[in-house]
Amino acid sequence: MKKVYGSAAEALEGVLSDGMLIAAGGFGLCGIPELLLQAIRDAGTKDLTFASNNAGVDDFGIGILLQTKQVKKMISSYVGENKEFMRQYLGGELELEFNPQGTLAERMRAGGSGIPGFYTKTGVGTQIAEGKEVKTFHGEDYILERGIVADLSIVKAWKADDTGNLVFRKTARNFNPPAAMCGKVCVVEVEEIVPRGSLDPDSIHLPGIYVHRIIQGQHEKRIEQRTTRPQEEK
Amino acid sequence: MPWDRNQMAARAAQELEDGMYVNLGIGIPTLVANYVGDKDITLQSENGMLGMGPFPFEGEEDADLINAGKQTITELSRTAYFDSAMSFGMIRGGKIAAAILGAMEVAENGDLANWMIPGKLVKGMGGAMDLVAGVGRVIVVMDHQNKAGESKVLKDCTLPLTGKGVVDRIITNLGVLDVVEGGLRIVECAEGVTEDELRAATEATIV
Repeated sequence: MKKVYGSAAEALEGVLSDGMLIAAGGFGLCGIPELLLQAIRDAGTKDLTFASNNAGVDDFGIGILLQTKQVKKMISSYVGENKEFMRQYLGGELELEFNPQGTLAERMRAGGSGIPGFYTKTGVGTQIAEGKEVKTFHGEDYILERGIVADLSIVKAWKADDTGNLVFRKTARNFNPPAAMCGKVCVVEVEEIVPRGSLDPDSIHLPGIYVHRIIQGQHEKRIEQRTTRPQEEK
Repeated sequence: MPWDRNQMAARAAQELEDGMYVNLGIGIPTLVANYVGDKDITLQSENGMLGMGPFPFEGEEDADLINAGKQTITELSRTAYFDSAMSFGMIRGGKIAAAILGAMEVAENGDLANWMIPGKLVKGMGGAMDLVAGVGRVIVVMDHQNKAGESKVLKDCTLPLTGKGVVDRIITNLGVLDVVEGGLRIVECAEGVTEDELRAATEATIV
């Protein structure tokens, strides 16, 4: 089966529908599927729910879909960097489900691994636990969290071979593997597609079984907080 | 004189022991890294890294290499990268010895609030709820009082909780307090701060 597509728009053809749940990789603006997000904006798909750790900034990442009012709901752990998000949320235009970051990652991993629910002590005794089943193990309380199975996963990796085996780079890995795992369809954008056989099989971070469509493209890779030391200190 | 931010960070660094894997939160906790000295400490960044290095030199920033505060950082010879599910697996699984975190409020029973002011501030808990639920020891570093001069060390938290009964030690500009049976115990006062002053600035029960 051919997995390599010519553009983000082509790779999303036939997989987008209004009201769908999309799991997206990335942490802040690091390792986000920026090209696929732009293509979803251009496609105009509406009423989207995103399971994504963050919501981008006003003009980059998921932020560009907030500007066009394509997002109905976010499932996220931290949305502090986005003014438009804040405005829509406080104005009641946008639903928000806060998940602790580790719970969100595990919900994706579990959903992609055939595990519909799991118990965690994260959030016990907080707002997050409200309405959730509590079970006691070894004298400690745990709450039931549910696996996420997304209609579509959009993911950014560093390199792929044409069978979809993926290699990530540094902290740009973050949510990308669990997001990829939990999608019924997973579309990946990479910086470079290499011929099969050129990736070390022992060094593949996510095997191609999780990957259905791949595109290669130019990434802006914007830096959110540029913190440095002066060269003179070297 | 109460401790300043750097003195609080230096005091918090004394909590760390050789060989520990540690997670540092945003704000004053980040400064703790400057005071670990010769101790063999591995810093975890919950976005998927063990062995976090200092900020890069100008011009050497890498968009693929950031910490949990989204700041550009560097790697070390010991660095390992992993995905968010494994990162929180090691946090929830108790593999991280300690977390040093900021707070809005701490209560005498160890309750911690540091993620939300209802109606005002919608940012999210990020990884804080997982950290306080999972790591071996939770150390809070914060100012003892808010800008209005009111105690942030309370009988009960008024803000939505990050975790219930999770804090072990509180380091403020006025001193160090431990969460014990029945309330808080004074471990030490900042230089020039008397025990009476510390008590007067604290709403929580001191035993």
